[in-house]
Amino acid sequence: MPGSSVQATLRPASTTRMARSGLGDRFFQSVTFLAAMAIALLFILVAYLLYRGSHLSIEKFGWRFLLTSTWDPVAEQYGALPLIYGTVVSSLIALLIAVPLSIGTAIYLTDLAPLWLRQPLVSVIEMLAAVPSVIWGLWGIFVMVPWLRDHAFPLLKRYLGFLPLFQGPIYGVSMLAGGIIVAIMILPIVTSVSREILRAVPDLQREAAYGLGATRWEVTRIAVLSYARRGLMGAAVLGLGRAVGETMAVTMVIGNRPEIARSLFAPGYTLASVIANEFTEATTDTYLNALFELGLVLMGVTILVHILALILIKTIATPGSRHA
Amino acid sequence: MSPRYDQYRRFRNAFMSGLFVLCAVLVVSPLALILFHLLREGIGALNWSFFTQLPKPVGEAGGGMANAIVGTVILLGLACLVGVPLGLLGGVYLSEYGSERWNVWIRFGADILNGVPSIVWGMTAYALVVVPFKTFSAYSGGLALGFIMIPLVLRTTEEVLVLVPGAYREAALALGIPHWKIILHIVLRTARKGIITGVLLAMGRIAGETAPLLFTAFGNRFWSHHLSEPIAALPLQIFTYAISPYDDWHRQAWAGALVLIFLVFCLSTGVRLLSADRKKNRAN
Amino acid sequence: MAMSLDEKPLTEPAIAPPAARVPVVPPTVTTPVPAGPAKSALERPEVVFDIRQLNVFYGANRAISNVTLQIYARSVTAVIGPSGCGKSTFLRTLNRMHELTPGAHHTGAILLRGQDLYGAGVDATIVRRRVGMVFQKSNPFPTMSIAENVLVGLRLNGVRDKALLRQRLEESLRMAALWDEVKDHLGRPGISLSGGQQQRLCIARALAVRPEIVLMDEPCSSLDPLATAKIEELIQQIKRDYTVVIVTHNMQQAARVSDRTAFFYMGELVEYDETRTIFMSPSNPQTEAYVSGRFG
Repeated sequence: MPGSSVQATLRPASTTRMARSGLGDRFFQSVTFLAAMAIALLFILVAYLLYRGSHLSIEKFGWRFLLTSTWDPVAEQYGALPLIYGTVVSSLIALLIAVPLSIGTAIYLTDLAPLWLRQPLVSVIEMLAAVPSVIWGLWGIFVMVPWLRDHAFPLLKRYLGFLPLFQGPIYGVSMLAGGIIVAIMILPIVTSVSREILRAVPDLQREAAYGLGATRWEVTRIAVLSYARRGLMGAAVLGLGRAVGETMAVTMVIGNRPEIARSLFAPGYTLASVIANEFTEATTDTYLNALFELGLVLMGVTILVHILALILIKTIATPGSRHA
Repeated sequence: MSPRYDQYRRFRNAFMSGLFVLCAVLVVSPLALILFHLLREGIGALNWSFFTQLPKPVGEAGGGMANAIVGTVILLGLACLVGVPLGLLGGVYLSEYGSERWNVWIRFGADILNGVPSIVWGMTAYALVVVPFKTFSAYSGGLALGFIMIPLVLRTTEEVLVLVPGAYREAALALGIPHWKIILHIVLRTARKGIITGVLLAMGRIAGETAPLLFTAFGNRFWSHHLSEPIAALPLQIFTYAISPYDDWHRQAWAGALVLIFLVFCLSTGVRLLSADRKKNRAN
Repeated sequence: MAMSLDEKPLTEPAIAPPAARVPVVPPTVTTPVPAGPAKSALERPEVVFDIRQLNVFYGANRAISNVTLQIYARSVTAVIGPSGCGKSTFLRTLNRMHELTPGAHHTGAILLRGQDLYGAGVDATIVRRRVGMVFQKSNPFPTMSIAENVLVGLRLNGVRDKALLRQRLEESLRMAALWDEVKDHLGRPGISLSGGQQQRLCIARALAVRPEIVLMDEPCSSLDPLATAKIEELIQQIKRDYTVVIVTHNMQQAARVSDRTAFFYMGELVEYDETRTIFMSPSNPQTEAYVSGRFG
């Protein structure tokens, strides 16, 4: 039996169209809006603080900062080139190793692996992603580097020593070691993103190729990989973004020498490593500002790379001109 | 098609399949290797004093990482204070309010922030907190970690809330319940497990972070008596010990790494247990 | 007697007898719509919804054209018609759910007991408390028990009185013909019930806030015949105290359950009359064609 058995006024409210009126709604919406704005705020905060922290260095060195190849805090000479070089080279090595392995694993997971194996394998990859950087570094110092120094590098030198890349003294800690450890660290993310991309390829594409009598590999090559090409590139670029920012594991195995050398056996130094190592020892303002400027460069590179990656990945739904 | 070409195609197919299996094996092997070494090197140095004692000075054997373990827990708590409210409420905004036009940008921004190297967050917290107060502190370390958490929790919260069927929102609207109460009591409640999962995953991620703590929390050989003092943390301690030239410290670094990875896996497996729980409930 | 809706109607324990209601004289109808058989002023039934020249749009598409009709208190009004004729759209304008779709708007007036539903100061949330809705697919809240589901509308509108809540819980579940089946395990999750039971739970949930009108959008379309029969039975029970508007694509159901029937076709109200008349001797040839199954 209805209780409102008498005429009731409908309470006046400020808005009529949507069901959001009253103090509770507006307050809650404002609060959540402010929280979402934290994203914009974080961008502004980081950009501003990094810029403010580096303005002395920017004023003093200008664009030469990026091109000078001497990083000598003692002599107050700050050139970012060896660090940029180190970041670029170690990241490229990591990509060269990790991307084929990851895409291959992703193909295995989506098309080849028996069903009972898929979830355990995915779980293993997730566990791999969870291992903190410093633990990789620990393992790198005490297990990987000695093994590289005593077994892998001499082999490389013997067979590929005609290339300048594989010449020179072997210390163990090296650019190559840095690249390898970063490769291990970006394997999980490139694999899982690639897997998502391959899964997004419609089955119709695969069936069309099977219907033509193609072998499994041919189906993958024709119907899947070409369709997913852009997305896979995006996965690789995402991996690059992670590689560029890797700090701890790299610092522990790369040797930390700010020099540009042709050999991959030589020690190197990356943007993130130098900040990690020298930040707390920066005694002068110029030194600290230079480190902040490196942070600015690192931040800028990372953002650009990630924007590129996201654009590539999000346009998998609208593939290029190739239709199967 | 000649039979020889077919044979070649079949061979190539088998070869490529084998190659892909090899890829999977290679991708999986580092995990096996690292777990093996962690256990082999670390188990030996794990004893009661490891969990209860402070680090001993160089040269003296023994000592532990009690302050680092506690420090990590404290830093995680501080990070959650920053990361969870902002991330959760921001995710609510993206899912329940806002125009799709602007929301696309917020999402994009969050995805990019998720890719920023963690050391940059350390520098931000340094400039924001360490410099004005002229001291390394747990506050700055927690803030740096919290910065990492915000976009992570925001995205996972949004993804989970969007999955809540519109039918529930409609039913609640038809009952004359105000919109904000619907979000709070119905939508968030329905998505509760997924949100907790997202928070635990984020915590697992930041528990292992070292770089942002290098010049915010800074580390401490003793107990911190105040959050405005430098504080020890497990990953920091592992790093310091690992790069030192002392064997005893190396052993302790392995032990610390074992504890750290146990913590991280617990947080991530807690996730898996919760989602398994969800599947069980649904089957009932 | 005008009253603020916030507290009083929802917490009022005493059930006011129907006779206390002041019958509202139905406004004069301007368009020629087949009205019910002529009655004297004393017998003329109370109008709950007075819908005048209603046109409903989704963006530029007109879904409902120039509908005028009155819905009478304590009766069951069925809305029938083929798919896409605008039945559900029409229903959703009655509790202001239609406006939640982006681009939705309307012209014309809908008066609830003389008050404009879409008036300048009107809070849609309050409208929805007075006009309840049951949906096509049952949607009990998954994280709540049976009891929590029934009472959620009351609780979230601030009702705290435990005794009242308990009373309402039992009353609503009894009205929904579910009490005997669930009274021993009210703590079980709402989704642990069968499909038909879940729908009755949703009905109990809607009734618990004591709306004046209950709108039902094809409530039995996903249910088996047994569950459907139970719900049709309970509709007959609750019409003693509630006004029910039910959209159904099942003509036989409309014939079984309703007092008056409105036949919609392509967004227009073709005929609206006592159910007996619509099904036995409709005035409009289109109506006749539809109810005899020649199209649909």
